[in-house]
Amino acid sequence: MPNSTADHNSSTGNKVAFNPSMTEITGATILLENVTKSYGAKKAAVNQLTLEIPAGKTVMFVGPSGCGKTTTLKMINRLIEPTSGRIVINGEDVTTMNGDELRRRIGYVIQAGGLLPHLTVGANVGLVPKMLKWDKQRIADRTDELLELVSLDPEIYRDRYPKELSGGQQQRVGVARALAADPPVLLMDEPFGAVDPITRQRLQEELIHVQAELHKTIVFVTHDFDEAVKLGDWIVIFNEGGKIEQYGTPEQILAHPANEFVEDFIGSGAGLKQLGLTRVRDVDIRQAPAFTVGEDAATAVAHMNEAGVLRAIVLDSRDRPIGWVTRRQLERMTTVGAAHARQFPVVSDSATLDDALDTMLVAGSSDAAVTGSRGAYQGIITVQTVIKAIDHISADPEEVSTPVGHNTGAIPKLATGENGVISYAMDEEETATEVENDSAPWAEHSDPAETHRGSERA
Amino acid sequence: MSSATQEQTETKEATASLTQANSWKGLLIQPIVLLVILGVMFWWMSTADLTETERITLNASYLSTLAWEHLKLTIISAVIVLVTAIPVGILLTRGPFRKLTTPVMALANIGQAAPPVGLIVLFAFWLSFGTTAAIVTLVVYAFLPVLKNTMVGLEAVDKRTIEAARGMGMSPGMVLWKVELPLAVPVMLAGIRTALVLLVGTATLATFINGGGLGLLITTGVNLALDRVLIFGSLLVAVFALAVDWIARVIETAVTPKGL
Ligand SMILES: Nc1ncnc2c1ncn2[C@@H]1O[C@H](COP(=O)(O)OP(=O)(O)OP(=O)(O)O)[C@@H](O)[C@H]1O
Ligand SMILES: [Mg+2]
Repeated sequence: MPNSTADHNSSTGNKVAFNPSMTEITGATILLENVTKSYGAKKAAVNQLTLEIPAGKTVMFVGPSGCGKTTTLKMINRLIEPTSGRIVINGEDVTTMNGDELRRRIGYVIQAGGLLPHLTVGANVGLVPKMLKWDKQRIADRTDELLELVSLDPEIYRDRYPKELSGGQQQRVGVARALAADPPVLLMDEPFGAVDPITRQRLQEELIHVQAELHKTIVFVTHDFDEAVKLGDWIVIFNEGGKIEQYGTPEQILAHPANEFVEDFIGSGAGLKQLGLTRVRDVDIRQAPAFTVGEDAATAVAHMNEAGVLRAIVLDSRDRPIGWVTRRQLERMTTVGAAHARQFPVVSDSATLDDALDTMLVAGSSDAAVTGSRGAYQGIITVQTVIKAIDHISADPEEVSTPVGHNTGAIPKLATGENGVISYAMDEEETATEVENDSAPWAEHSDPAETHRGSERA
Repeated sequence: MSSATQEQTETKEATASLTQANSWKGLLIQPIVLLVILGVMFWWMSTADLTETERITLNASYLSTLAWEHLKLTIISAVIVLVTAIPVGILLTRGPFRKLTTPVMALANIGQAAPPVGLIVLFAFWLSFGTTAAIVTLVVYAFLPVLKNTMVGLEAVDKRTIEAARGMGMSPGMVLWKVELPLAVPVMLAGIRTALVLLVGTATLATFINGGGLGLLITTGVNLALDRVLIFGSLLVAVFALAVDWIARVIETAVTPKGL
């Protein structure tokens, strides 16, 4: 990443043409080459790990406690120095460069944000730009821009201290701070582990939005497999000693767990978990009659008779759903009113089917209103729709594309092909060749996951 | 953001500013009380019917000489303590020097546990009688609280905060200056305040080895059985100690980072 340090709008010299349909990828490819970390004489915490993390993708690390997720993550920004092996980011070997300079180019988010308590929110966000010697005005502008990106009003929060924020807000500031100098890579170690489930869900959705805008390379450690399914383009399932049990897309892992360990880790209900992959907007949303408060009730009733339905949705003046009314209630009104409307659950069209089902079950309702941007009514989703989606998923396992990353239970050898393209050879007899990275061979690499994941994240 | 969280943070802010206001109010009362006591003492001195011998010590010019000597002893030893104990404390919390913590703490503990009267005489025989031996004693005596609080303050900084700072690309030096020390400041200053008060009190012993200071009033009072000189001297030292305590507290309030 040759010019990523200061110029926050540059594309960090990434020539990789992964994704022509999307806005420019600002992320960088990360490559761990046969990396080992051992503490003393004990069994290595991470043993001979080779892992490629494609540019602009979110790669989730999951696995049992102590399996080496954090160790692997911290070796990428060298908070933990590998015992052996190399780390290559966008073709540049960063194993021996100055660690502090490396870390200024990599965003890092930890649980509870890790904010410096004696600095204001603004100062926290501006820390890395300040170290990179940006001028004051630029830092101030950038700080406000980022606070807005993570849905915090700069006017209100810029001058507060971390202790004056809720846990979720602190976590948002943590993300904003990590993004401050526009690093191509974001490392996140269980960032949402310390917040309540509702806040976590919101932070996850925000991260998806932020990522859809920025296309960073995100490496995200989590304990929560559902979170991995929800956020990840790719998931790495680790076992003891940083051993990769499976590296694939969430779909691949759910549909074809590589072995018993992965099956156990996913747990039961893989079909149900796939609901976390599909969003409400991706399934058939039924149209139900909806009337705005103040409309003529007789016309409304006529519409309902025509459609042959007994219930209709009442919307407020800004198209936001208020509740159900029955035809009989409407017949007694002159204009549509919300006075007798029955409450019903509402889900956003960007929610996963998993979350939608949850919402309906908790509300004890067999359907829910779907809202789009600014809470505007879109239609309704029913439990049947969700169940149909489950059938569809299990009946139709998606095309299995070659995973872009490999692991080394059996240490695959890196080889340089005729035209300088690096390829992984699982063939153990092949001799390892030292790779020259200067030519950024990753530019030639393509990402098969793109074909079936790209549209969803857009 | 929900209005509930907003309310919550606002209440938090309100409490924060309230406690701050309280602490400033508390800080105002102390100097007023001290000034009143001092005023009464000097009013009594100028009006009381003092004997000739008492007059020799209880007069403004002689008192100010003694007070100045006392102040010098305190300040010089305090400065020496600060520039030695704080760096040593920082060093002992850095990786390779951690092993030295136990022996250094043991030494510092001896320094504090030994009775200063004994210490001061020993140092006097060793270094000759006078101010130097007095200052050495004072430094040895006040070293521990500053050292200990520096270490405790630094160790108490949340390891995750330090790691986050490192993760953003701060060098170890920057982490120390910009993160660890600011966060350790409240605890360190508490130690410094303790040390200062100890110093003011202990500096009275300097008079035993011709080191000067307000202790002279007390020894004179005892030796010549001049109760009024003895009481006046003791009170003066107490007021002095409380004044130093007050100054240290003002500094504490002023320099403690706002976000804590
Ligand atoms: N500083 C250290 N000294 C010795 N062993 C360590 C050290 N740090 C980590 N380990 C060991 O390395 C292994 C991997 O630790 P790591 O923190 O990477 O696990 P993890 O997968 O992140 O676990 P968790 O999910 O609990 O966070 C563990 O067995 C741990 O005990
Ligand atoms: Mg961990």
